[in-house]
Amino acid sequence: MTGLQRIARAFAQAKAEHRLAVVPYLTVGYPDRASTRGLLAAAVAGGADVIELGVPFSDPLADGTTVQRASEVALAHGVTLADCLAEAKAIVDGYDIPVVLMGYTNSLLRYGFARVADDARAAGVAGVIVVDLPVEEAGPLDAALVPAGIARIELLAPTTTEDRIARIAGAARGFVYCVSLTGVTGARTELPPDVGAFVGRVRAKAAVPAVLGFGISTPEHVASLRGVVDGVAVGSAVINVVTNAAPAARAEALRTYVASLVAAGRS
Amino acid sequence: MTEGRGRFGEFGGQYLPETLMPAIFELERAWDEAQKDAGFKAELDRLLRDYVGRPTPLTDATRLAKAVGLRRVLLKREDLAHTGAHKINNAIGQALLARRMGKRRIVAETGAGQHGVATATVCALLGLECVVYMGTLDIQRQAPNVFRMKLLGAEVREASSGSQTLKDAINEAIRDWVTNVRTTYYLLGSAMGPHPYPTIVRELQRVIGAEARAQSQALLGRLPDLVSACVGGGSNAIGMFAAFLDDAGVALRGVEAAGEGVATGKHAATITAGSVGVLHGAKTLVLQDEAGQIIEAHSISAGLDYPGVGPQHAALAKSGRAVYVSITDQEALDAVSLLARTEGVICALESAHAIADLHRLGAEDGDRDVAVCLSGRGDKDLDTIIKRLGK
Repeated sequence: MTGLQRIARAFAQAKAEHRLAVVPYLTVGYPDRASTRGLLAAAVAGGADVIELGVPFSDPLADGTTVQRASEVALAHGVTLADCLAEAKAIVDGYDIPVVLMGYTNSLLRYGFARVADDARAAGVAGVIVVDLPVEEAGPLDAALVPAGIARIELLAPTTTEDRIARIAGAARGFVYCVSLTGVTGARTELPPDVGAFVGRVRAKAAVPAVLGFGISTPEHVASLRGVVDGVAVGSAVINVVTNAAPAARAEALRTYVASLVAAGRS
Repeated sequence: MTEGRGRFGEFGGQYLPETLMPAIFELERAWDEAQKDAGFKAELDRLLRDYVGRPTPLTDATRLAKAVGLRRVLLKREDLAHTGAHKINNAIGQALLARRMGKRRIVAETGAGQHGVATATVCALLGLECVVYMGTLDIQRQAPNVFRMKLLGAEVREASSGSQTLKDAINEAIRDWVTNVRTTYYLLGSAMGPHPYPTIVRELQRVIGAEARAQSQALLGRLPDLVSACVGGGSNAIGMFAAFLDDAGVALRGVEAAGEGVATGKHAATITAGSVGVLHGAKTLVLQDEAGQIIEAHSISAGLDYPGVGPQHAALAKSGRAVYVSITDQEALDAVSLLARTEGVICALESAHAIADLHRLGAEDGDRDVAVCLSGRGDKDLDTIIKRLGK
């Protein structure tokens, strides 16, 4: 089964179970290299539908403090894109779950787009989310990823215009990632009130599922999004759960947290 | 599919989060319209004349020329512009553009503090809200400029992530912009970042080269043989070069910061020792490791302490139209003394890199007239200079 087929299957299954797909994000190598695999296993055990693996970058200009600090810790441990691909392969092989990488253009450019495509395919990676690569600049990466059957997951923002939504969402592969707010990643206490209208405009144009991310941190947030989106991406809040737990209790804390999000998304 | 707009050869582009793309298109449109508006240009010209004090002089530096073994050295005196550096040319133009766009809140980054001071100055003049991001380390080493910005009514926010210098201040300014994009204008200080910033900044700094070109002709009866300037992000250099790009007989030379020496790895010589990467919205040359992580730059001059460079400079280097060399911290310090003692001018450490390079030009071929952009004055660097030269 290809990565894209795994994505389609995961969202179909969540839909059949009348719940939102839950997409936890974890920076590879945070809090240390050795614990990543166990934490990802815990997220899967908690019911994660798709796994987002954060590729640490020195200058994460779209990330808030939580992911910035996690990236700095991971880089201090020497984590590279090759390490992220290895973690992806382990999760795909072990749990037959879709995995997407999330990071910045320069990490992929330096690795080489063709090599990214080859190695991502070999690892079973379903897609890549590149936060500083708008559709205008994505041609060369798409030229490598498309033949390899890997999706570049499109991002849409509340500032994205109607015609742009139509153009981007209409051609999207895998799923579309709706950025809930104007701002950087990071847990928020409340979601913007107009998020439903924004996601509605995207879903009207997209042939693939829509995932909402940025700011989502509580089961209450997830519950409020039932019927509004197809899935939720949760990153900084996941990292906070890991950070705030004692080392021996991290995996269980993460499993419990992901399970609470999955339960909250059930209609 | 090809890559997007705003390219200088393979360099440039718009590598930004989707949230900012409509804003960057809005900026492009507003800039194009302002360029066609005679009223915009008239107000800019009036402020450059009556407020900044333009045109700045072109000084015939005869004692310096003799000391470095060149026929003539002409100093383009941006140190005499209001706020003490060329940065004001760009800050005024972009602040007028922001006001035109209805944006009343300005964010900016600063390294040495010169762009921050220029931005705070213009915001005070035009009555705009001003927030300046500055790395924790730079706040410590450029305390007088931090105070100046506060005195001018700006809020200075600390960028404490990463290397705590200019690149991190830019990250923070972009994070602010992405958060407040509907109300806020990002007033970028150098000829770098996503399109259209490299073009906007070049056009607003072109006044340096345009004046220098006319003044050279008046002084020499012809154009200089070579034009040079220091390069960090490269705004004073691209402004100086812009007016001479089509003059095939005029050589262009950019001078980067070699820090403690390029071989030591502690430098900011991006064109000399960097490789192709994407940083802060543009594809350009950057200092990076094998995995594409950006490496901390090093220079005694906070204004050159940046691991990237404007995309047009990367393209000019690749095409060979401009040549880029580098000067160490020590050579720059020595040049501050040399210029002070031969011409009675205390220049900024940034500008001193271009002065130091004159020795090499004189040694290679002294039978030349060279016009150098003296981008700023040295008051802000006195602490640093005292620590190094006072011993």
